[in-house]
Amino acid sequence: MSDFADLLIIGAGPAGMAAALAAAPSGARIVVLDDNPLPGGQIWRDGPQANLPKQAREMRERLQACSNIRRHCATRVIACAGPKQLLVEDPDRGWLIGYDKLILCTGARELLLPFPGWTLPGVTGAGGLQALIKGGLPVQGERVVIAGSGPLLLASAATARHNGAQVLRIAEQANTSAVAGFAAQLPRWPHKLLQSFTLFNPHYRSGTHVLAALGNNRLEGVRLQQQGEIVELECDRLGCGFGLIPNTQLGQALGCALDGQALAVDAWQASSRVDHYAAGECTGFGGSELALVEGAIAGLAAVGDVEAARALWPRRARWQAFANRLNKAFALDPKLKSLAQADTLVCRCEDVSYGALSGHSRWREAKLASRCGMGACQGRVCGGATQHLFGWQPSAPRPPFSPARIETLLCLDDTPPA
Amino acid sequence: MPELLLDGRALRVADGTSVAAALALGGDGCSRTSVIGERRAPLCGMGICQECRVTIDGRRRLACQTLCRDGMRVETRA
Repeated sequence: MSDFADLLIIGAGPAGMAAALAAAPSGARIVVLDDNPLPGGQIWRDGPQANLPKQAREMRERLQACSNIRRHCATRVIACAGPKQLLVEDPDRGWLIGYDKLILCTGARELLLPFPGWTLPGVTGAGGLQALIKGGLPVQGERVVIAGSGPLLLASAATARHNGAQVLRIAEQANTSAVAGFAAQLPRWPHKLLQSFTLFNPHYRSGTHVLAALGNNRLEGVRLQQQGEIVELECDRLGCGFGLIPNTQLGQALGCALDGQALAVDAWQASSRVDHYAAGECTGFGGSELALVEGAIAGLAAVGDVEAARALWPRRARWQAFANRLNKAFALDPKLKSLAQADTLVCRCEDVSYGALSGHSRWREAKLASRCGMGACQGRVCGGATQHLFGWQPSAPRPPFSPARIETLLCLDDTPPA
Repeated sequence: MPELLLDGRALRVADGTSVAAALALGGDGCSRTSVIGERRAPLCGMGICQECRVTIDGRRRLACQTLCRDGMRVETRA
């Protein structure tokens, strides 16, 4: 079977929701795809232990009320099937969907860097831990350490504590002066101030990073480099993430150019490929306020309402300035490149160690020699890590972009007779 | 309150609970066995890393992006 949308939006986080709602009054047939069971993306992830803000609930209700917006949840893009046509898959079926305009709102993932013990059960991403808790992961009474970098550490710690965990330490790698300089700027951003007040949490340590996760078959503790001294803490969970990297794979596969690690866009949120737009974290990390306004601009521009799109430019500039300060304050310390030992696994899908990668000079060469990045995640985790550790540029992905069922791939042959 | 079978054992969870959370509610939290034989558990929590892949009703699915449903059979050692 096949399907068509005037405007296809990939991702139902803040950017994708804002794009759909901004474009809806045009009457365009809009389809929103998302790989999660519910809309909201990561920041507005719902679940039995989630606490959704009012804005998220309202936007979700408005989306449901629009008769020209169809949502497909738990749906992943598997391949580019033809010009302006994608192969997608949900838990039950695969199908082709054609489009006139496309907006990529594919978000960001955490930068996960390898360190000894990071494959032990009990170790997760920092945002990963928060997402798992929202989905019902029990942490009542557990001892939790959060480590890595950026404001997500505070959000993750707050969710863990709210659900009964004892947060022993929040280890931020950025140094004290960088964090203090950022905190001093917060009064300029009233909405962000409230979210960040826990910077003054008594368990927060700047200039502190993980050295190793300890344990045999499961996490039992963590060793930290804490402002010049080495400390060990017994704990049940370690959530460790070093900031966010944009999800650009689908955009790259569609031929959209990159700007650094993010998808390149112009003032209309248009990518380098005509009729293809991008908004939110896949165009660079900036937080939900920036994602919302970028999504709205992309949605308006895609349906030709350029005046309304232009009116949002000042709001975007304001939140972009906030994002720039944030990214500067939490720049990663080069010391984090030397956490992995020779036997530390870097590719968790194919179990390839750091030692097996040394001696290679490019991503492709390392892949061919070691199978690094050739497993189920298609290098989404280790490709981000090796880009950071060695400066290797991951290649554009090849289909299938995610593990897919054979029946789904057979849809690629589902072309109408000539 | 859906009831599922996790590696053959019955488990009742709150509505909206992810299968990733159910792994910890009803077992040791692990989802799969790696190439070199290590047990692994969900890592990224958001559908990227594939560490949480399990077999649900005979199909490979990501535990972190799947909600528990009544009668679901989840296997971590398939």
